[in-house]
Amino acid sequence: MSPEANIRTLTIDEVDVSARADQTILEAAREHNIAIPTLCHLEGLSEVGACRLCLVEVKGARRLLPACVTRVEEGMEVTTHSPKIDRYRTMVLELFFAERNHVCSVCVANGNCELQSLALRLGMTHVEIPYQYPQLPVDASHPRFTVDHNRCVLCTRCVRVCGEIEGANTWGVMGRGAQSLVITDLKEPWGQSETCTSCGKCVQVCPTGALFEKNRAGMRTQKHPEFLPYLRIMREGEP
Amino acid sequence: MSEIKTLATAWLDGCSGCHMSLLDLDERLIELSSQFTLVHSPLVDRKTFPEHVDVTLVEGAVASEDDLKKIRKIREHTGVLVSLGDCALTGNVSAMRNRCGPGPVLLRVYPEPAPSEGVPALLDRVRPVHEVVPVDVFVPGCPPSAETIYQVLVELLAGRIPTLEGVAHFG
Repeated sequence: MSPEANIRTLTIDEVDVSARADQTILEAAREHNIAIPTLCHLEGLSEVGACRLCLVEVKGARRLLPACVTRVEEGMEVTTHSPKIDRYRTMVLELFFAERNHVCSVCVANGNCELQSLALRLGMTHVEIPYQYPQLPVDASHPRFTVDHNRCVLCTRCVRVCGEIEGANTWGVMGRGAQSLVITDLKEPWGQSETCTSCGKCVQVCPTGALFEKNRAGMRTQKHPEFLPYLRIMREGEP
Repeated sequence: MSEIKTLATAWLDGCSGCHMSLLDLDERLIELSSQFTLVHSPLVDRKTFPEHVDVTLVEGAVASEDDLKKIRKIREHTGVLVSLGDCALTGNVSAMRNRCGPGPVLLRVYPEPAPSEGVPALLDRVRPVHEVVPVDVFVPGCPPSAETIYQVLVELLAGRIPTLEGVAHFG
């Protein structure tokens, strides 16, 4: 097949764009500086389509589609912003805030949190859905890191970075729906995990204050997930 | 929206930080105060809530029987109700006790049995203001910055309902 045949042309917000056939709507949009909000997506990790913030309208589709796991197609007409999409995204954010105990003012990630920033960016000033106030544990057994399930949005970035980049597969998910928890090994305390290499990648990719380094506060809680694409590129060169 | 002539502030279950932030407007308070009268507030002496107030800024969550009574009265007698700060908006720190209810909190604070007479009973669940009464303006922040509060007041005094979407964040 000639290289040309792998190119798809489509419109995103009425702008003509072209993309490789194996690219997603999200990738095509970002290459053309069209902003789509995301939370579970992180460059350098596989996509799971879990958070639903990147929902877009595709002409002819009967429902909204997640841009991060929808491949581009020839002639696709994509809309990334409309009153309906904005309403859905705000609702998704409200569900995140209502599901667990996200108390920004006393959170270690205050000021460095992707959930908090998204609320600002998408104009969510309050939550209409009743808060759930679940009783969730905090595991501080690891000498350097803590997991606070109250702040977890179940994006599974930690699970993916641990398996795909570090190769340790320490993190996993247990339970169903809102009762799901990210766990280390077979729900052993993190400090007793025999597979954890204490590399800290999970902490760096966590978008909220769910995973954090001990003895850090304020600006020092800023996370640095930007190393991921480089690691990916380096890996691709390996046999 | 009718002209804003009277302003009130109220303090439910919060730390007073939002009021501190209001005071932090400094000399801008003098500039603004020529345009309205502060008719009821923890900062002034008047004990009863007036018959009608154009704008009321409410700090704090609804946590006790007294808060409930106050906020209903305020809503009834207020034109534009402003939820000021994260406690009013989300419950924030005040609502952290919702995980266990008021019982364990009282036990923790009072070595003796907690006083039950002359003090308002705590509600089983702390609630954001808009879960109890309709709210017109939402101002996030813990506390909202003086700049944010200034913008809100300037907009209201100009006869517009301010929107804080994309301007102020939680925390």
